[in-house]
Amino acid sequence: MNFLFGKYCQTQLGLKRLPNLLRNLILAGIMACLLAIVGISQSWNLAFSLLNMCLISAIMALGVNIQWGYAGLFNAGVMGFAALGGLAAVLISVDPVRAAWAAGGQGLLFGLVIGVFTTCSAIFAWRRLSNSGSKRYWITILLLVVGFATMRFFTDPATLAIEAVDAARSGYLGGLGMPIMFSWIIGGLLAACVAWIIGKISLGLRSDYLAIATLGISEIIIYFLKFEDWLTRGVKNVNGLPRPVPYEIDLQNEAWFQQVTSTLDVSVVDASSLLVKACYTGIFLAVLLAVIWFSETALRAPWGRMMRAIRDNETAATAMGKNVQKQHLQVFVLGSAVIGIAGAMLVTLDGQFTPTSYQPLRFTFLIWVMVIIGGSGNNWGAVLGGFVIWFFWIEAEPVGLWLITFLTSGMEPTSWLRLHLIENAAHTRLITMGMVLLLTLRFAPRGLIPETKR
Amino acid sequence: MEGSLNSMALLANYILVPGLAYGSQLALGALGVTMIYAVLNFSNFSHGEIMSFGAMITILVTYWFQGLGISVYPLPTALIALPVGIGGAILLCLLLDKLVFSFYRQQRSNSVTYLIVSIGVMFVIGGITRFIIGPDDRNFNDGERFILKARAFKEMTGLSEGVAIKSSQAITVASAFIVVAAVFWFLSRTRTGKSMRAYSNNPDLALLSGIDPNRVVIIAWVITAGLAAVSGTLYGLDKSYKPLVFLHLVLPIFAAAIVGGVGSPLGAIVGGFVIAFSELFITFAYKKMAAYLLGDGVLGDGLLQLLSTDYKFAVSFIILVIVLLIKPTGIFSGKSI
Amino acid sequence: MSYLVSENMVAGYGGVNILNSCSIQVDLGQIAVVVGPNGAGKSTAMKAIFGMLPLQSGSVKILNESISNLPPFQRVKKGMAFVPQNENIFTSLTVEENLEMGAFTNPDAMVTIVEQVYSLFPVLKEKRLQRAGELSGGQRQQVAVGRALMTEPKLLMLDEPTAGVSPIVMDELFDRIIDVARTGIAILMVEQNAKQALSIADIGYVLVQGENRYTNSGKALLENTDVRKTFLGG
Repeated sequence: MNFLFGKYCQTQLGLKRLPNLLRNLILAGIMACLLAIVGISQSWNLAFSLLNMCLISAIMALGVNIQWGYAGLFNAGVMGFAALGGLAAVLISVDPVRAAWAAGGQGLLFGLVIGVFTTCSAIFAWRRLSNSGSKRYWITILLLVVGFATMRFFTDPATLAIEAVDAARSGYLGGLGMPIMFSWIIGGLLAACVAWIIGKISLGLRSDYLAIATLGISEIIIYFLKFEDWLTRGVKNVNGLPRPVPYEIDLQNEAWFQQVTSTLDVSVVDASSLLVKACYTGIFLAVLLAVIWFSETALRAPWGRMMRAIRDNETAATAMGKNVQKQHLQVFVLGSAVIGIAGAMLVTLDGQFTPTSYQPLRFTFLIWVMVIIGGSGNNWGAVLGGFVIWFFWIEAEPVGLWLITFLTSGMEPTSWLRLHLIENAAHTRLITMGMVLLLTLRFAPRGLIPETKR
Repeated sequence: MEGSLNSMALLANYILVPGLAYGSQLALGALGVTMIYAVLNFSNFSHGEIMSFGAMITILVTYWFQGLGISVYPLPTALIALPVGIGGAILLCLLLDKLVFSFYRQQRSNSVTYLIVSIGVMFVIGGITRFIIGPDDRNFNDGERFILKARAFKEMTGLSEGVAIKSSQAITVASAFIVVAAVFWFLSRTRTGKSMRAYSNNPDLALLSGIDPNRVVIIAWVITAGLAAVSGTLYGLDKSYKPLVFLHLVLPIFAAAIVGGVGSPLGAIVGGFVIAFSELFITFAYKKMAAYLLGDGVLGDGLLQLLSTDYKFAVSFIILVIVLLIKPTGIFSGKSI
Repeated sequence: MSYLVSENMVAGYGGVNILNSCSIQVDLGQIAVVVGPNGAGKSTAMKAIFGMLPLQSGSVKILNESISNLPPFQRVKKGMAFVPQNENIFTSLTVEENLEMGAFTNPDAMVTIVEQVYSLFPVLKEKRLQRAGELSGGQRQQVAVGRALMTEPKLLMLDEPTAGVSPIVMDELFDRIIDVARTGIAILMVEQNAKQALSIADIGYVLVQGENRYTNSGKALLENTDVRKTFLGG
């Protein structure tokens, strides 16, 4: 809130007339100060964890901005694409479970082939029978039911066998055992492929149906990840993913590290975890800059101009011979790929894949708040939004608790109202986020860093 | 004969009874969503949280009544607390409209802006609800648990399969029926109801005819809030009340509204039952039924389930996607009340 | 003095004036028809008279009382009714409900006026429980006119009532409109089918570029060779 208030003051003082660059630098500076305050008052470790999450949020927000800001597509399935990125991190980095492959690999693969064949033949039948009335429905349904029953005939025993292999520790097929950074690219590709299918299905819908459809599909994806144990271990989670950066314990045992910390007179443990986090920060920052460079270039290119033209007036763009649906599909796939990359990065940072952690509130709607508040259509705005909103999402809890404790300090320490308020203080962050979103939409609908006219 | 009777009892117990109750809850929710869509032309994502808010007020009043010793046993106390819950939800909606939505109406904003605004509203109400009542699971059904117990049914009929009817299920179906009948009567018989349909159908002509748009909008919110409070409370009575659930309940509700045809009240009702029954039919394990009808193990030893029960909620989304693909206007070709 | 007198109206959209000094009058029981080429400002004139478009200058008077500054719904109270060209009925409501909505501000009309409307348009009584959207084009126009009549107007304004209906239906509609005029209501309509419309007009206005070019009785205009050559195709 403080931050928004700052912005309000600037406008009042006429700073708005200053060049955009200066305003953006001031906003970024305030953000850096906020993180520094956390570093000084709470701990630098926390500040760096916040910063890392801010970076990932910023990349996700960039992905949404590509879809919404450039093309006006309302993708409410951010959660699904982020989870697919996370899935890629598991499938790429974890070592394969050979026993599981031996137990059910064959049956599963055969079943999958049948499944793909069924889907293709159903689509083929659906297209071919467009003139045959109700026969069309029955034949397609029949094909699907028979096909999937056959598939299940092979996959059911196979998945059972796979899940029975050392259920406590594996019970799934595992991955490919490759470096986890590689999964960021694969995560992006996986999200892009799924986005292509979803886009093919739903991009023709009017905008609010698109939102509902993508929200629904993302829920289906999460259900799949939650309950297909043979692939993801489901609710048992996949822990201990390999890291692209050194482990703290290894660092602490390194002679050179001990030497450096002793010369700097800091605790080895703190310094090691700080260094690990800083390493992540470096890598994430590089990815963020790459994504920004890529999307800014695209936005300045004729492609970006065309996208904006389509967004602002679809009818006119169609009349000028632009294939709107094709362009929408392109931008949908690209944005989803960026979200997928961020999803893979998030799981890499956490070191574990937890399907139940994917909640629409946190992974879809919060990212949307970031984009709207940052300034839709402006990449720097999306980045700033990612930082600000993540920061407040995390800090609203301690600040809210502190505020409520302070406000109720006059009451009896054991008064039920005070205890209740303190107990439920954590929920103030939902209210804060909603209020920030509503106030922005109302009083600054173009966000903190508005889209620049080009 | 006995086999087929038993299998029918099985279907009644696991599909018909729960399907009617769940379908009624979805139908009431979808009716609220459809109402706002028909009059204000946007998809109201905050509807789930309005349901939650109404249910919360009902629960708090229920606790208060319980404290005072007021009870209508064997009916749950929540039924007499419900009017207060409805009032609370109506107040909330009118406040929301005045503070938030009316601004965008004046701006003639597009439906996506409304949608994003309703997401903001969803955050705020969700936060307020959790702040007041906390995030925990709450069971506030203090009435008689069953109307018909499975064992009583077995003794009555001599069948080996029982049919149980929870009183919350019966209350749900009965109140949904009354509320839906009242809403339909209002829309088709009263002048105000007709003017709402007229406004939804052709706002400009409604203006020419002297229909006051503000009145129509206010009444739409009042009805929506009432429906939300009722459906939220009924859902809480039948399962249990937990604030987080309502965020997830929004999707099956939207699925019901869209499947039926957004903007069509009849569609919302039909859609609610279509979604509820498909969820149950698709995830029902037909093994036992096949055993009754065909004899044990004729169809192998699988559960004979189309989709694992884990995917129960996903079914509604799958149906939603299929409908959007094949007939985006829904069964009753939407947008008209 | 005529019932409706609009004089030297100037109006337009976004600074561009479409009407440049246009004057239209009509008296009770009369049928006035506005014709002219595309873009002459016929529909704009209707909107200006009904108050859907602000006047730059000029005036609109009913019974010598200026209503130039009233919003549309207050003009309805003054006795004006307007039937737009498109989307002029509630398609999802029944015929009867359409009429009821017409009488929204005056529920008593549902008892008295509705019978008059039904006697003017017998087909509406027959189909009163059917959804208006299911009716044919000509019947829809009758519903639209009927809905407008429910406000008990003294002046009925019709924007191209015969657009998109067959010639037979058009004749039928014109007959109905004559019937309405006979009940003492002033009728002002814009028409594309200029010949037929002028043949029933007591007074005709030929508009060109937002100005009155010819004003005369319908019959006289039809006989005027200039008008015939330029606007009626010979």
